Amino acid sequence: MVSPAILLAIPLLPALGALVNGVRAFANPLTPKNRTITNLFSLGSTGLSALLAAWTVISYVQSGTAHAFQHVYYTWIPAGIGHVTGGFIANFSIDFAFRIDTLSCTMLMIVTWIGFLIHVYATGYMSHETGYTRFFTYLNLFMFMMLLLVLGANYLVMFVGWEGVGLCSYLLIGFYYDKNFAADAGKKAFITNRIGDFGFILGLFFIFNTFGTLDYGKVFALASAHPQTYASIATAICLLLFVGACGKSAQVPLYVWLPDAMAGPTPVSALIHAATMVTAGVYMVVRSNVLFRLSPTAMGVVAVVGAVTALFAATIGLAQNDIKKVLAYSTVSQLGYMFLGAGVGAFTAAIFHVMTHAFFKACLFLGAGSVIHGVGGEQDMRKMGGLRKYMPKTHFTMLIATLAIAGIPLFAGFYSKDEILSGAYAFSPAIWLIGAFGAGLTAFYMFRLYYMTFWGEYRGAQVEGIETSEPEHGGHNLIPDQRHLDQGDEHTDKGHGHHAHAHEPHESPFSMTGVLMVLAFLSLVGGWIGWPAALGGSIPTPFQRWLKPVLLPLGGSEFEFHEASKGLEILLMTLSVGIALFGIWQATRFYLKDQSWSIPKRLATNLAPIHRVLTNKYYVDELYNATVIRGTLLFATFLALFDVYVIDGAVNLVRHATVFVFGHGSRLFDTYVVDGAVNGVAYTAKGGSTMFRRMQNGFVQNYAAIMGAGIVLLAVVYLFTKA
Amino acid sequence: MPSTSSYLILSGALFSIGLLGVIIRRNMITVLMSIELMLNAVNINFIAFSHQLASLEGQIFTIFVITVAAGEAAVGLAIIIQLYRLKSTVNVDEVRELNG
Amino acid sequence: MDSLTANMPLLVFMIVGAIAFASSILVVAMRNPVHSALFLLLTFLCVAVLFFMRGAEFVGTVQVLVYAGGIMVLFLFVVMLINVRHLPDERVLSSFWKGGFAVFLGLFILMITLVRPGVYHDEVANKNRLQAIPKHVVRRIHNADGTVTRKNIVRYTHPKGVGNSEAVGTLLYSDYLVPFEIASLFLLVAMIGAIVIGKRELSAVEEETAPAYMLERVETEKEVKESMSA
Repeated sequence: MVSPAILLAIPLLPALGALVNGVRAFANPLTPKNRTITNLFSLGSTGLSALLAAWTVISYVQSGTAHAFQHVYYTWIPAGIGHVTGGFIANFSIDFAFRIDTLSCTMLMIVTWIGFLIHVYATGYMSHETGYTRFFTYLNLFMFMMLLLVLGANYLVMFVGWEGVGLCSYLLIGFYYDKNFAADAGKKAFITNRIGDFGFILGLFFIFNTFGTLDYGKVFALASAHPQTYASIATAICLLLFVGACGKSAQVPLYVWLPDAMAGPTPVSALIHAATMVTAGVYMVVRSNVLFRLSPTAMGVVAVVGAVTALFAATIGLAQNDIKKVLAYSTVSQLGYMFLGAGVGAFTAAIFHVMTHAFFKACLFLGAGSVIHGVGGEQDMRKMGGLRKYMPKTHFTMLIATLAIAGIPLFAGFYSKDEILSGAYAFSPAIWLIGAFGAGLTAFYMFRLYYMTFWGEYRGAQVEGIETSEPEHGGHNLIPDQRHLDQGDEHTDKGHGHHAHAHEPHESPFSMTGVLMVLAFLSLVGGWIGWPAALGGSIPTPFQRWLKPVLLPLGGSEFEFHEASKGLEILLMTLSVGIALFGIWQATRFYLKDQSWSIPKRLATNLAPIHRVLTNKYYVDELYNATVIRGTLLFATFLALFDVYVIDGAVNLVRHATVFVFGHGSRLFDTYVVDGAVNGVAYTAKGGSTMFRRMQNGFVQNYAAIMGAGIVLLAVVYLFTKA
Repeated sequence: MPSTSSYLILSGALFSIGLLGVIIRRNMITVLMSIELMLNAVNINFIAFSHQLASLEGQIFTIFVITVAAGEAAVGLAIIIQLYRLKSTVNVDEVRELNG
Repeated sequence: MDSLTANMPLLVFMIVGAIAFASSILVVAMRNPVHSALFLLLTFLCVAVLFFMRGAEFVGTVQVLVYAGGIMVLFLFVVMLINVRHLPDERVLSSFWKGGFAVFLGLFILMITLVRPGVYHDEVANKNRLQAIPKHVVRRIHNADGTVTRKNIVRYTHPKGVGNSEAVGTLLYSDYLVPFEIASLFLLVAMIGAIVIGKRELSAVEEETAPAYMLERVETEKEVKESMSA
């Protein structure tokens, strides 16, 4: 039986670790003792959380995986809140609840254990950073949020986690906050995520409006029981949810933040942007598989977008020279594959690929980090080479991971990618072709990376005094590396060199290489759980059976795992392996055999326009900058001007009018009316007096005449009216 | 017998003529003379009524009027002389210091 | 002849009245103030005749004596005192002659219309009364309700040889004594006032020389006296 308390403890332990380390981050300078305490809290909490996760999974498996386990901890928003009895609010009720089913178990294991491994790696990698404790605070906070995301029993709890990991991504990408490119990359990630979240929230609104609840169990039960009722609205819901997934999981057109996110430290790239956060979108789509299956349109869109992304990113990855950038575009491409799998109906394949990708991509990123650490901060592969002599353990682990990503049989990537591709073929051969071509490109550019880094002669800088340490490293001179500022590689993690002079590349400490070895092992055996039927496995594969309970029946008819004929399967497998081997062969030809790289250089010169486009990432960032960014800034400027001229203008107008009316008006009133009245009285008096003064003209006879006239008048009046 | 009314008509005529003279004439002395004329007209009036009403009071009053007229003429002429000394004119129109 | 005799008073009145009227017009109309003064004199005399005709002998006499004899002389003195040589050049009428004529007309017409002929007393009785001496008597009257009121009654007596003058005099010194005294005071004040107002301010030369002149005059007088007594 799954214990709710332990279930709650799984996310809460990293949260606690984050809290403690967060407080300590303000107060504590970097000393080995403090580092140990930080490690204790962060590694301890994450490790404990991983163990509890394993325990939970075991207890769940023991209790039977056919039904999900759900526990409500707290009624977050009760129905009719505020004593409202009608309408929307009367029915709106959200609980804070966790759900354990096979899908969340899978994600739980990936997140906690890969997270723990990366925590261990980071203790070695970040050991010279002044922001050590802050880093682990953020990392633990991320773990907490991610666990909320995967454990949530309703869309809103997942959304809390969704937003939270976006925040932590921002914090961690911009970890070197005093560097402009890092801060900008953090902003870019968060804002692009937000654009996706807008669609996601609209999707949540639609879900609630349609089903009256956001709880997984209830929504999916309703949808699976009455597919016809909800089929029409499902398209809108799913497309909106997919917009959110595009933002979070870096699909076209919202992928632009992921390459820039390489400005963060390498463990961040590994954990967040390879293994866990970016897969949240895939998780969400697979979680909502019932809704997606109601709308073939939405699934088609998902598949096409995934395929396009897979190919698009792969082509960009061909021309990048920064090791982390290549891995970033590779991640985008692999995420495209996951969505491709989900879109064609191979939901289990998508989750399978999530798992294997977590293994080998984390291994690749951490290995890249080890390489960068070993060569003293250099990230440009053209300045590397021959590192297999200096860093054998890193070399070996990265070779395994590269074989895995290339899709060579026996290694993990082959199984998951093959499952996706066979599902794609069943959906549409054209999609399969795109996928296969992308796989070939993947193999090519990954081996290109491998050869450029580990084979040939070491081409690193031999100049004294150039320091390219990570910015947070105290006490070292910070000279930006000019060689990175060309070729568009300006957004680079400055590497982890802590030597004041160029040095011989060296192997990384065991804290790093140990993790690499574990991950490499997983990259090898991790795919065997999904051994395909065509090669002797079962239908459905163990992994498919494991995830079956999540794929609810639709209107009474069960979900059917795609079953192709064995011959077709083997043919497709052979073709994909063949394409991968072809890619590897070409990479060997280009980058191993001829150490002057004459062939790629010649190709670059002959196909210079194409090469330029690829190197500049199809100018997508520039396009966005010119259109969206510029448009938003124009709008913002317009609003600012509107505020200044219209609103402030209206207010000022009122002010001016008031001043005018009450100021000038009263002045005018005072001058003309009040003073006018007063002066008028004076003028009247003066005029009257002038008039009367004329009577005193000094002519006595005039007085006499008037007196006489007056007397006559009086007499007339008196005598002739008294009668 | 001339009736009282004839006297009254005569008195009125003389009075009006006197008033006319006061208003019309430029020479101050002539003005004073016109005033005397007016007073005489009044006296005629008094005597006429005194005779009609068989009362001596009219005549008494007439005596007083004559007395006052004499005094007033004396003073008025003294003023005219003094004014002539100052202004060397007896033109009424030229003596208007007291104007507004 | 009878009618002439009977109507003599009326005839006299008409003639004298006409003369008075005409001369009064001429007073106002003459340019030369001397001429005006003379016509005024004529008017006065005519008025005196009219007084006599109405049984006011005393007043008529006073009129001639005071007005004709005193006031007109005064007027003529002043006219002579003032140099009249430059006067004839100027206009006769003042600037208010239009208003004056209007007022004159108005007043004249008013006077004429007000007078209503006919309702008067007996002539003879009136004439008698005008020569009577009043006598004040106090009469006691017994009223109906038994109270006694005292009433002042004037009785007129006609002692032998009492004429208008005596009657007026008696009245003046008995009943109208106070106004009489006041009139005499008035005359005194008027005389003083006339002297004061008409006094000539002495010029500086005259101021200086006046005492000498006075002294000289005293000296002269002394000399004369001595020469006379010597």
